[in-house]
Amino acid sequence: MASPIFTGVDIGASRTKVTILDPQKNLIGRAEKKSGTDFSDTAVSCLESALKMANRSRTDIVKTVSTGYGRNNVTFSDRTKTEIGCHAKGCYFHFPKAITVIDIGGQDNKVIKLDEKGNRISFKMNRKCAAGTGAFLEEMSMRLDIPLEDMDSLARKATEQVELGSYCTVFSATEVLEKIRQGKKVPDIVKGLYLSVIKRLLEMDALGDTVVMSGGVVAYNPYLVKMVEERIGREVLVPDFPQYSGAFGAALFAMEGGI
Amino acid sequence: MADQKTIKRKTFECSGKLKQVMADHFLELDRASQSGDSKIAWCSSVGPAELLRGMGFLVYYPENHGAMLGASRMAADVIPYANAEGYSPDICSYLTSDIGAFLQEKTPLTKAYNISAVPRPDVLVFNTNQCRDVKDWFAWYSRHFNVPLVGVHTYREIGEIGYDQIKEIAKQIEDLIPDLEAAGGAKFDMDRFKEAVGLSKKTSQLWRACLETASAVPSPWTFFDATIHMAPAVVARGTQAGVDYYEILLKELKGRIKGGIAAIEGEKHRLYWEGMPIWGKLRALSEQLSGLKACVVASTYCNTWIYEQLDSAKPFESMAQAYTELFIVRDEAYKEQYIQECHDLYQFDGIIFHDAKTCPNNSNNRYGMPERLRGNTGVPALIINGDLNDLRCYSEEQTKTNIEAFIEQLEEGMV
Ligand code: SF4
Repeated sequence: MASPIFTGVDIGASRTKVTILDPQKNLIGRAEKKSGTDFSDTAVSCLESALKMANRSRTDIVKTVSTGYGRNNVTFSDRTKTEIGCHAKGCYFHFPKAITVIDIGGQDNKVIKLDEKGNRISFKMNRKCAAGTGAFLEEMSMRLDIPLEDMDSLARKATEQVELGSYCTVFSATEVLEKIRQGKKVPDIVKGLYLSVIKRLLEMDALGDTVVMSGGVVAYNPYLVKMVEERIGREVLVPDFPQYSGAFGAALFAMEGGI
Repeated sequence: MADQKTIKRKTFECSGKLKQVMADHFLELDRASQSGDSKIAWCSSVGPAELLRGMGFLVYYPENHGAMLGASRMAADVIPYANAEGYSPDICSYLTSDIGAFLQEKTPLTKAYNISAVPRPDVLVFNTNQCRDVKDWFAWYSRHFNVPLVGVHTYREIGEIGYDQIKEIAKQIEDLIPDLEAAGGAKFDMDRFKEAVGLSKKTSQLWRACLETASAVPSPWTFFDATIHMAPAVVARGTQAGVDYYEILLKELKGRIKGGIAAIEGEKHRLYWEGMPIWGKLRALSEQLSGLKACVVASTYCNTWIYEQLDSAKPFESMAQAYTELFIVRDEAYKEQYIQECHDLYQFDGIIFHDAKTCPNNSNNRYGMPERLRGNTGVPALIINGDLNDLRCYSEEQTKTNIEAFIEQLEEGMV
């Protein structure tokens, strides 16, 4: 008989992620997809892909924990945990010490502080605006007419500092137009956008000594992490597959059966 | 794991009596407004109500009406009309919903009491102890009805309050008398005034006793219950009806404690609510927290209507003192100390700070207080962004997740 497996499902506002862990907490299956409009369907389809990768079947699953905005829409979930709890859990697994987790999600950011035992001391979620989130970068890539996946390589080519000062996504878009009008180069503007995301993050909370970053934006924009390191003057830790941190944490909770 | 069942609040036996007190209050005002038999003063919620009562005015509180607009969710429909008149979406949403409703000729009093319009004022009386918005709000009606606007200008952001300051405010209150007499009030009668001050003090003492029953573990009631039952402490202070009501409520609360009746079955977490209620979401929040076995046992907001300094032997001075020593008037150091003392009494394990977009005066998270309190008491805090009435400033999903995550955090701390 195949060994038991544990599943974590993270239905984010933008993307759905599923992870499968074996009893040794190895990540043996994973899948992600746009969350779309039918969360429960998307969760099932991600689960099937992840099971395929792990070469396992649904009957091997012992427990499933779901998290994220759509956590209550997962028909095969045994229980739910908030994304704050799951990201914290997932990151602490990789870096078991007192850490500050910065998660950049599709529609919200989180700064979570954990003590050396992994207990949450505090957390903050961004306020009502999309500024500083994945949605902001998506919106701007459309305005600049560049594919989202090209942003990272473009930002690396920047030669000049472009400052975008506004809090608001709409105001930022106007500022971007203004920069284009001034003849600023696209790579410089893209780097300016990254800088604006970083500013929004750093104003959320004071950071502890050890900073961990997670989330899809970090996975696909690694240069942004490098810029954070430059800004705060120290190394930033990033787990493997940072976009799966929440789903990974959910699978760990599934394994614990605890709180 | 945080249980997510939602649970309805337990009802109070005295709810019928509460409805009666409120109905009497509004129907009496409505009759007077139509017949002109009694004069009506509009008063800010922590304004000089006792003086008005002492001069024979019936007293109407626009903030209470604002809260009704919020709780009935009428606010969202009417706020834009005040915005369009030049009253910004960033200022007090009691003001914008009240003026918006007036412009639209709408009031929640119609559904509740079959009253077609708010009572017509003969005079408007404010105290800036809470904010400047009340003055600007009343000024609009003063222009509209062409009736006098008078009030007290209080010092703000104060730590220690000096005797000279109290004397000066007492003088301002006393100086209102000629204007109030001219606006149709009865000739000032010291005995009647003292009686109103005495009744107000009694109401306050009883209200405090009611609130403090929540120091029992488990608590017999929650902040969400108290926001409803505090209405007479606002509108019927200075009257016998207020005193009578809180005697009944206190008896019921004590009975609950004696009978081991908890507001939240299996109470696991005790919380403090700092800031304004989110009127349109009281039920949703109450049910979510009940489902999580979390009881909001105390709040700055409900504590506001405690004026035990009142003393009928020195009515002006004691009123000045009571209305200046309020939490909202004080500096950060005082406020912090106050919440710490509440912590000693109520033994809560977390604080929810409501950052109300349109009321900076009641959003005490903005100058680092949650962080300082955490440092001093070890009590963690959650900040939720919302508003008293303007639900355009509120994300239900984000707030729910934040609350759930906060309770998870408290549970982790218990392991
Ligand atoms: S204290 Fe706040 S809610 Fe009350 S009237 Fe003033 S601004 Fe409005």
